[in-house]
Amino acid sequence: MGHYRNNPDAIRALVRDTEVHKDLFVDQELFELEMEQLYARTWVYVGHDSQVPNPGDFITTTVGDEPVVMVRHSDRSVRVLINRCPHKGTMVAGDACGNTGKFFRCPYHAWTFKTDGSLLSIPLKKGYENTGLEHCEASKGMAAVSHVRNHRGFVFCRLSDQGEDFETFFGDALSTLDNMVDRSPEGRLEVAGGVFRYLHRCNWKMLVDNQTDTCHPMVAHESSAGTAVRVWDQAPEGTPKPMAVELYAPFISPYEFFEGMGIRVWQNGHGHTGVSDSIHASYSTIPGYWDAMVTAYGEDRARAILGDVRHNTVYFPNIMVKGPIQTLRIFKPLAADRTLVESWTFRLVGAPDQLLERTLMYNRLINAPTSVVGHDDLEVYERAQDGLRTRARSWVNVGRLYDPVEHGQKNVVTNGTNEWQMRNQYRAWARYMTQGMEDAA
Amino acid sequence: MTSLSTPVSDQDLFAFVYAEARLLDELKFEQWLALYTDDAYYWMPLAHDQDDPQLHASLMYEDKLLLRVRVERLAGQRTFSQQPKSRCHHLLQQPTIEHDHAEHAPEQGRYVVRVAFHYVETRQDTQQLYAGWSTLHLVERQGALRIRLKRVDLVNCDAAFGSIQLFM
Repeated sequence: MGHYRNNPDAIRALVRDTEVHKDLFVDQELFELEMEQLYARTWVYVGHDSQVPNPGDFITTTVGDEPVVMVRHSDRSVRVLINRCPHKGTMVAGDACGNTGKFFRCPYHAWTFKTDGSLLSIPLKKGYENTGLEHCEASKGMAAVSHVRNHRGFVFCRLSDQGEDFETFFGDALSTLDNMVDRSPEGRLEVAGGVFRYLHRCNWKMLVDNQTDTCHPMVAHESSAGTAVRVWDQAPEGTPKPMAVELYAPFISPYEFFEGMGIRVWQNGHGHTGVSDSIHASYSTIPGYWDAMVTAYGEDRARAILGDVRHNTVYFPNIMVKGPIQTLRIFKPLAADRTLVESWTFRLVGAPDQLLERTLMYNRLINAPTSVVGHDDLEVYERAQDGLRTRARSWVNVGRLYDPVEHGQKNVVTNGTNEWQMRNQYRAWARYMTQGMEDAA
Repeated sequence: MTSLSTPVSDQDLFAFVYAEARLLDELKFEQWLALYTDDAYYWMPLAHDQDDPQLHASLMYEDKLLLRVRVERLAGQRTFSQQPKSRCHHLLQQPTIEHDHAEHAPEQGRYVVRVAFHYVETRQDTQQLYAGWSTLHLVERQGALRIRLKRVDLVNCDAAFGSIQLFM
């Protein structure tokens, strides 16, 4: 018997000024409430519109634990439908992606639906005359998500009719997505190169927490990045520095580097590391790219776009974006102790192929199930998931550089090792978990 | 490795393929790495029938430097994901010589051999089974066979995986 449902005070008590309770990571009732409340009230990333360029194109994915299909409708807008036949419950779209033509057709009884979800036809429809079908859910088609926004190709949705509007929710945080798009000389991105899908035996919030944890790389990644640097140091003098070493080496930068690069804390759980500098700041130039950017934007604007070298941007609740290396990771919650991490990559349309090659190498070296940096991280998450089961300690500390005046502030740049952004995420967590319960009370 | 016959026989090629897998199963990673030429790649595609390792993601596409990083990392004192260590086992089918492969040219000392496998990787209480086939591009160097490319195709290459820490 749980004690968090309809008990907003108990949930709020889990997030203190500098600590959060272990139940956030291990309690299955809280996980279910996250799916019902937090993932319904926030704007959650669904996919990129380049995955569905033509009418009828679709992808299947999840928003929280809701199975959805993102589809390009006949009017060319991108729609998000719950992937469930209103008849018997079958998931209508089966493939990860495809083209469904003008309508979806359920594989069980051939009910068909337009790409906005509305019911198109039922075989032997006469059998439903005078049965009251028109009053049943079954006649309403595939449930369409009402609140969908496409921001420069990035599609988000809010499942609940209640909640903040898109602009209020994200505010200035959209600037990281804007910067990534602007890095294309044509102002356009395409999902490219495939996706890594990496299963984690830990809570999804550990991954979100880790994105702005700048005190772990030099410790956890000593084994991978540190070894890479050591192996490289043995190469004969004059050997050109390989791209892989350029990507690995910054992970082993000292504390001072991470302190100095800064963290920006926005409202509602959003924020990013790497304000004035970052691990992505010193990559080699790629021939032809700068010229293409200057032609597209002029020298000043091109310099400003490429000079913005943000490290990890967290879009609460569950994605992280790296503008300078064009990756996006989704932390998909499966259970209190299960998370599927998807690592997506983008081609900057109009830029040389070598940029995509570097993006894919970065993703492979850092974020794949076969990545040694990924192994370092997953090991500590899983040990934490196991360690948190103890009854001898109940709290997880997020108090580094805490200052009581931070409450209520937003859009602030602070020391790069401050855990303020983590606190920002957990405060947002408590708010979106309890809003719906307060409204219902 | 035993010495090669002249010309290199099918038996020599098979023996090499078995010996390579055995070094991995015995966790003799330094000796295993020595089987690779300096310009070698170890490639594990992410997609079925993938032909491009550069502009499409791969699970692994490691040159000799990256292989060395992995091997040294496995031996490191602060490699926490290997405390305790993983172990592995290959069950190999009898290899086949890929006579029709464009890179297979025995007269120039180049051979392409394919071997199907079941591979288990185990750590703590978890044992994972992977199935697929490897294609090895071998060359003769100073009277011995060496690997220029090992391509590992998993039958479920695009599945969601946990950590894969060793080599197939």
